[in-house]
Amino acid sequence: MSAVMITRKVRKWEKLPGKNTFCCDGRVMMARQKGVFYLTLFLIVGTCSLFFAFECPYLAVHLSPAIPVFAALLFLFVIAMLLRTSFSDPGVLPRALPEEATFIEMEIEAANGNVPAGQRPPPRIRNVQINNQIVKLKYCYTCKIFRPPRASHCSICDNCVDRFDHHCPWVGNCVGKRNYRYFYMFTLSLSLLTIYIFTFDIIHVVMRSVDNGFLNTLKITPGTYPFKL
Amino acid sequence: MAETHSLQDMRQQAAVAAKVFIQRDYTKGTVCQFQTKFPSELETRIDKQQFEETVQTLNNLYAEAEKLGSQSYIEGCLACLTAYTIFLCMETHYEKVLKKIAKYIQEQNDKIYAPRGLLLTDPIERGLRVIEVTIFEDRS
Repeated sequence: MSAVMITRKVRKWEKLPGKNTFCCDGRVMMARQKGVFYLTLFLIVGTCSLFFAFECPYLAVHLSPAIPVFAALLFLFVIAMLLRTSFSDPGVLPRALPEEATFIEMEIEAANGNVPAGQRPPPRIRNVQINNQIVKLKYCYTCKIFRPPRASHCSICDNCVDRFDHHCPWVGNCVGKRNYRYFYMFTLSLSLLTIYIFTFDIIHVVMRSVDNGFLNTLKITPGTYPFKL
Repeated sequence: MAETHSLQDMRQQAAVAAKVFIQRDYTKGTVCQFQTKFPSELETRIDKQQFEETVQTLNNLYAEAEKLGSQSYIEGCLACLTAYTIFLCMETHYEKVLKKIAKYIQEQNDKIYAPRGLLLTDPIERGLRVIEVTIFEDRS
C-alpha cells in the first residue's frame, strides 16, 4: 500500500541559485538592488507628468492636439520597454548539475595532466574552432560550466548570462541575449522622448515670449513657483 | 494488472548508471548544433544510425528555429510597433519550434530510448549547452 502524498510542485525559479528576486509567481525576475530602478521610474514618470500638466494644455490649444497624444504614446512605449527589460530573464544559463560538473572536472584533469603540489593549476580553457577562428571558452568556477562564446558571469546577480552585455543598475537587471532588444528599444525611445519634450518646451517658451515678452513668460510659467514660495 | 511503462516510474525505480553529454558543434558558427559523433558509452545500448538520426533531426529543428526569413522579419517589425504586446496573443516562431522539439524528444524517448534504458533531456533545460543522455542500470 503506497501512501498518496500531494506535494506542491517546486518551480524552477524557486530553485535558482543566483541572487535574483522573483515576483508574481515567477513572471518577474530582477536583481536584488532595486533602488536605482525606482529612481529611473520616478524620474521618467515625474518629468513626463510635469510636461503633460503644464505644457500640453497650451500646446494642444495653440498648436495641435496631436502633440500630447504622440507624447503620451511615446511615454507609454518607454515605460513598457523599461518594465519589459527590468522584469524579463536576460538569458541566465542554468548551472551544471553535480553529474555534469564531475564529468567536466574529469575532462579538465585529463587534459591538464599531473600538476605538482604547490603550483597553481593552469587556467581552465577549452579551445573551439568557430568559422576558422580559435575561440577560447572559459570555465566558470561558480556555475561549473564552460561558458559558451559571448557568455559572461555577472557577479551582482551571481549567474552566467548568455551574450552578456552589462548589468544595468538603472534598469535593475542584467542586459543579455533575451532582453537586449527591449533594452535597446528603451534607450532609443527614451532618447526620442527626451528630445521631443525638450523641443516642445523650447517651442512653448518661445511662443509665450512672442506673446508676452520673455521676462513675463518666466513669471507665469511654473518654473518660478519654487522662487515664489 | 497491466504494467505501465512510464518514464517517471523508470526514473524512480532504476538507478542511474552514467550520464553522457553531447557537446555543441561550432563548426558551422554559433548556430545551435550538436555533435553527431556517436559516444562510446552508448555502443552497447543503441544503434549508431538511430542515435545519429535523432541528433541530426534535432540539429535541423534548431536550424529551422533560428532561420531568418521574411516571416521572422515581419513578426519582429509587428512586435516592435505594438510594443511587444502582440506576444500576449501569439507566440514567436522560435517558441513554436521549441515546443515542436520538446514533443519530438518526448516521442523519441517513449518509442526508442526508454525501452533501451536511456533518457534524453531537452537541451533547453541545460541552457542549450549539451544534450544529456542518462543511462539507466540494465536490469534485464
